[in-house]
Amino acid sequence: MKKLMLGNEAIARGAYEARVRVSSAYPGTPSTEINECVAGYPEIYCEWAPNEKVAVEVAIGASVAGARSMACMKHVGLNVAADPYYTAAYTGVNAGMVVIVADDPGMHSSQNEQDTRMHAKASHTPCLDPSDSQECKDFMRTALEISEEYDTPVILRLTTRIAHARTIVELGERREVGLRPYVRDVKKYVSMPANMKGRHIVVEDRERRLAEAANELGINRIEWGDRGIGVITSGAAYNYVKEAMPNASVLKLGLAYPLPRKLIEEFASQVTELFVVEDMEPFYEETIKSWGIACSGKDKTGVQGELFARRIAAKFMGAPEPGPMETQGIPVRPPVLCPGCPHRGLYYILGKLKLTVCSDIGCYTLGALPPLAGVDTCVCMGASIGMAHGMEKARGVEQAKCTVAVLGDSTFCHSGITGLLNVMYNRSAGTVIIADNSITGMTGHQHNPSTGFDIHGNAAPQLDLIKLCESMGVKHVVTVDPYDLAELERVLREETARDELSVIISRRPCALIVKQPNVPYVCDLEKCRRCGMCMKIGCPAIRRTESGVEVDATQCVGCGLCATICPFNALSAKGE
Amino acid sequence: MTNIVIVGVGGQGTLLASKILGTIGLDNGYDVRVSEVHGMSQRGGSVVTYVRLSKDEKLHSTIVEQGQADVVLAFENLEALRALPYLKPDGTIIVNTQEILPMPVITGQAEYPANSLELIRSTGNAVELDATEIAHQCGTYRAANVVMIGVLAKKLPFTYEQWMSAIEANVKPKFVDVNKEAFRRGYEL
Repeated sequence: MKKLMLGNEAIARGAYEARVRVSSAYPGTPSTEINECVAGYPEIYCEWAPNEKVAVEVAIGASVAGARSMACMKHVGLNVAADPYYTAAYTGVNAGMVVIVADDPGMHSSQNEQDTRMHAKASHTPCLDPSDSQECKDFMRTALEISEEYDTPVILRLTTRIAHARTIVELGERREVGLRPYVRDVKKYVSMPANMKGRHIVVEDRERRLAEAANELGINRIEWGDRGIGVITSGAAYNYVKEAMPNASVLKLGLAYPLPRKLIEEFASQVTELFVVEDMEPFYEETIKSWGIACSGKDKTGVQGELFARRIAAKFMGAPEPGPMETQGIPVRPPVLCPGCPHRGLYYILGKLKLTVCSDIGCYTLGALPPLAGVDTCVCMGASIGMAHGMEKARGVEQAKCTVAVLGDSTFCHSGITGLLNVMYNRSAGTVIIADNSITGMTGHQHNPSTGFDIHGNAAPQLDLIKLCESMGVKHVVTVDPYDLAELERVLREETARDELSVIISRRPCALIVKQPNVPYVCDLEKCRRCGMCMKIGCPAIRRTESGVEVDATQCVGCGLCATICPFNALSAKGE
Repeated sequence: MTNIVIVGVGGQGTLLASKILGTIGLDNGYDVRVSEVHGMSQRGGSVVTYVRLSKDEKLHSTIVEQGQADVVLAFENLEALRALPYLKPDGTIIVNTQEILPMPVITGQAEYPANSLELIRSTGNAVELDATEIAHQCGTYRAANVVMIGVLAKKLPFTYEQWMSAIEANVKPKFVDVNKEAFRRGYEL
């Protein structure tokens, strides 16, 4: 049976067919749908973990216990999970274990263009790089087989154009793979120096054997064409090469690491000119050049942004440059906080109080854009608390009184808890704001330990944020509704002025998950004085007109924030 | 081979439109490649989705590049303007004339181009409609995406019944009727 599947959906199908038993993940674009789709197979135990490190640890445990396992994340998630992953490379596995990592060349929804293949090399573990949804599904099985044959965790690396592309998949049969026996093996699974010295030898030998076997591996294949030009490529770039240079000979690498040296040497010797076409870093190119093989690639394309067929045709074949899209004079349309978003009121008041805001990763990062323009810094998941603390320690307690850390409920669970522990322990006078919208918002509404529901939407034990903060020793924990601007302002003034650490929980569910009043607001033009106050909250539903302002009824959800701010009572719910 | 670019604003339902197109291609023996961008785009930003259908040759790339689109399906005026470079010289642009102001326009940092429709018309092959209003008449403005698919359908080699089953396959049962009606209104325009 054929089905049109998202790459992420096909990964889940591959896991099902190859009898993965345990899957753990933290959501992150473009990887999120993998575990959401896995949750659709009742045969697989599936969970959201609080972060990627935990997810990988769960997968390692399941594998050691004899079950085929997987963990999924976006590229930066692997940095969080690198600690367990790099050592799992030494301990090896029992049943097959695959970590699916989705890179984001072009930074569609990420903070960097990090190339996961580098992690594979650094950790001495294999990495597979599929080109479409069929390969996503098929490579899951291959990855698990390699994992078991070579006793190693395996990375299956996707990129945005693979993870979020729908292509046709021929579904396969599910094969039964039994639970392997759990065998206690201290020398293998206890990562003490004495044990791991022995394992390092195993790792090096394994890598050598796998590199040798890669020459014969079916997923590395040559498609002979005109031998004037040979191209070595993989992943999404392969698709573009096939369109930009339909006649060229192509060596398609399904295994991105380790590289098949003999196969590459043989291919290179039979073509006149050799190109290496790869997204992101010159990962293949540098290794191939180190073997003394002449080739070119990144000197033509650079390392930034995505490769496309026309870009490849221009750079390698001398076709006309596509040039930038002609969009001069057309206003950009950045993403915005949704109408009714609870973060809007929070950022409005933070801006009003002119506080320095160390923000974090989530929807609320959008508070950085005008007109709210209320974010000073954002680095990575959980960094807000540590950075605000660093500012305080650099400039003294007065800095703490004009600085806040802002992070969401999911980000707090992910890696804010340890940050909070640090500021409590090291006597900070700072203010931490948990913008609790009761969901992981930016990635499309996934549950987390603070929402009270699991990945299937079933009731789950719920983290009590207030009790957690109190149990850490935070004396001042205040909960406030961000729609109540006056109270929010009062609390913020009070807590930032304190000489002690405070946590403010700004609590209201995401406007997209809780049914809103949906009575759109209207502007009474007789009362409106065109003062522009309502324009300061950056609501996409409000626009200025000749005679005042107008609320777009198709967008307004009736939160009433604009009415709270209007000094002339010009805005009210329709019919009131 | 048909290359379609669907553009709009996050939340307008471009994903459903691309799913319906993908389904009808698959059901009728075409090779299909669809590329979407999820995540940030959900929050009112510009969204671009590519759909490629081919009866005879195997497709590779999942995206449509500048000058390669047979059809641009634009759910919003400004996004239509932004997408014009995708069009082939003889390509068609179908535009929903709804205007959704981007934040830089709301804050006064930029102006919504007053001549956007004229520029779109100057391509020589533009179809304009108020899909949002038509969808509203059918029962919900959210079905504007399917009104647009109805207009596009006349340019593609599939039967009305085939479109109906593609809609049924992708829409929740309780919304099937309103979407079928939205499709009909676009189709008969």
